[in-house]
Amino acid sequence: MLEAFKKTEVYKSIFRHSYQDTQRNRALQIVDNVFLHLHPVRVPRHATNIGYTWGMGGITFLLFLVLTITGIILMFYYRPTAQYAYEDMKYLMNDVPFGPLIRNMHRWAAHAMVLTVMLHMFRVFLTGSYKPPRQFNWVVGVILLVLTLLLSFSGYLLPWDQLAIWAVTVGTNMARATPLLGHEGPFGPELGMMPDNDVRFVLLGGTEVGPPTLLRFYVGHCIFLPIIAAIFMAVHFWRVRKDGGISGPETPKKT
Amino acid sequence: MQQFFEILTKPDNLPIVFLLFSVIFFTWFAWTKAKKNDAQGYPVEATLDDKVQVWPYLVRVEFLATIAVMAVLVIWSITLDAPLEEPANRALTPNPSKAPWYFLGLQEMLVYFDPWIAGVVLPSLIIVGLMAIPYIDINPKGNGYYTFKERKFAVLVFSFGFLILWCLLIFIGTFLRGPGWNFFMPGEKWDPHFVAVLTNVDFSEMWPFNIATRMPDGSLNPAAFIFGAVCVFGFYSLGPLYWLRKRNTDFMKKLGLVRYAIVSFLFLTMMGLLVKILLRLIPTFLGMNPVKYVWVTPWFNV
Ligand code: HEM
Repeated sequence: MLEAFKKTEVYKSIFRHSYQDTQRNRALQIVDNVFLHLHPVRVPRHATNIGYTWGMGGITFLLFLVLTITGIILMFYYRPTAQYAYEDMKYLMNDVPFGPLIRNMHRWAAHAMVLTVMLHMFRVFLTGSYKPPRQFNWVVGVILLVLTLLLSFSGYLLPWDQLAIWAVTVGTNMARATPLLGHEGPFGPELGMMPDNDVRFVLLGGTEVGPPTLLRFYVGHCIFLPIIAAIFMAVHFWRVRKDGGISGPETPKKT
Repeated sequence: MQQFFEILTKPDNLPIVFLLFSVIFFTWFAWTKAKKNDAQGYPVEATLDDKVQVWPYLVRVEFLATIAVMAVLVIWSITLDAPLEEPANRALTPNPSKAPWYFLGLQEMLVYFDPWIAGVVLPSLIIVGLMAIPYIDINPKGNGYYTFKERKFAVLVFSFGFLILWCLLIFIGTFLRGPGWNFFMPGEKWDPHFVAVLTNVDFSEMWPFNIATRMPDGSLNPAAFIFGAVCVFGFYSLGPLYWLRKRNTDFMKKLGLVRYAIVSFLFLTMMGLLVKILLRLIPTFLGMNPVKYVWVTPWFNV
C-alpha cells in the first residue's frame, strides 16, 4: 500500500524525489527541504567535526527552539499580574499534568542556553573565526549574546517569588547609577534625574520592582525579545553561509 | 562543609557546576589542539578539506547531538525541580540578595567599584569591546584553526577576560559570597551576623603618600583630588607612552592610531580592574587597610 501511495500525485507533490541513495538525491534531500536548506549541499569535512565547532552554535539554536515550544505551553497557564502569577506557578507545579516537566525544561534549557552561547563565543574566538570575512557576523553574535542574557533575565522575574523579585531588584538597581540618566549616577542629579523619572523608572514602570514591572518583563520576555532574537538568528545563519560557510584554514593541504 | 554542599547542590546553581567543568574541559581541549597544530606547523583542519555531502554526514551529527541534548535535558528536568520560593514580598529582603548567576561576575565587581562603573560602564564596555574585536585584531593568521603561537596576545587577553574575569568571578560570587556579600571559604558557615571589620582607606591616604581625602571640615581635599586624577590619567597615559616608543615599528604603522587607541584603552581598562582588585587584596594580606577609591571627586569616585 505504501508503494501505491508513493506513486500518487499527493506523495510526489510532497516529497518530489525518491529516496534512492544517489549523489543527486542526497543533494535534493537538502535543497528540497525548507528546514535543511539552511545548509549547503556539501561542506568541508572538518565542518562536520564536533571537535572543531564543539557544536555549540547548533545546540544553542536547538535550545532556543525548545524554549520557544515549552514557553508557549507555559503561556497557557500563566497570567502576568501580581495577583495571579505566583498562584499560577503553584498550580502549574502541583496540578497541571506534566506541568513541572514543562516548567523545568524551560528553566534548565534557559540556563543551558546561556552556558552554550558563552562556549560558542569562546570557540569562535579560539578558532579566529571572527577574522575577515566574518567580522560582521561576530557583531551579530554579540547582539545575540546580549539578547540571550536579557531573555533569561526577564524570564527570571516571572515566577514572582522571592528569588525572582530580589534577583531582579539587585540587577536593575544598577540602572540607578547610570551616568547622566540615573538618579544616583554621576551627573544624574545635576541633570534633574529623580527616582521617578530616570532610566530605572522606565525599565521598571515604577520606583521599585512591582506589578507594572511584571507586565513589562512579561511582554518583553514573551514577545519583543524572542522576535528580535529570531530576526538576528536568521541574519546570523544567513551570514554564516554568505561568508563562505564554516571557517577553515586558508592554506591548501601541505604535504 | 555541609552548608557548602547545600549551596553547591541548589538546583539553580547546577549550571555553574556545569560551567566550571565545561569551561575547564574546553580550555584544555582547545589548548591541546592548538599545541598540536603549532607543533606540526600546519593545522589538522587543513587535512580535512575535502568536501562531503551534508546529507548524511552533517545531518547525521546534528541528529545525534539533538538526541543527546534532549536526553540530558529531559533527565535533568525529571530529576530536578525548578525552584519556587515563598511569594514575592517586598518587606522581606533575603541576605545575600544575588542576581542571576550569569551576572554575578558584575555583582562581584561591585565590591571593588561603585555601581556606575560595575553596573553600567563595565557591561557597556564589555559589549562594545567584544563587538570591536574583529576590527581591532588585524593579525590575519589563525583564521579557521586552533593555534596559540600565531596569536599569543589575542588568545591570552581574551582567555584572561573570559576565564578569570567572567567565569571565575561568577564562581566566587555564587559559592563563596555569603550574607552581606562577605567572603566565606568552602566549609565555613555562612554567618548572617558576621561583620567584616574593614576600614577602607583611599589610595592617596596610603603610605607613603598620606594625603587625607577629606579636610577636617569634611570637604574634599584638593591635594587628594589632584593626586587621584594624576593616578588615573597617569595609568591611562601608559597607552600613549607605549605608542610614542613603538610608533615607527611596522606593526604599529599597520595598526594605525585609531585602532591602537581603542586597543590600549580597552586593554588598560581591563588591567585597571585587576589593579583595583589587587589594591584591595594585597594590603589585606599584609594586614593593612585595603584601598577603597583611587580618585574621589564631588561627582563620582573611581
Ligand atoms: C543565540 C545565540 C547564537 C546562536 C543560536 C548561534 C548559532 C550559530 C551557529 C549554528 C553557527 C554555525 C557554526 C557552529 O555551530 O559553531 C554559528 C557560527 C558563528 N557564530 Fe554564532 N550563534 C549565537 C551566538 C553567537 C555569539 C555570541 C557569537 C560571538 C560573539 C557568534 C559568532 C559566530 C561566528 C563568527 C560564527 C561563524 C563561525 C565559523 O564560521 O567558524 N555567535 N553560530
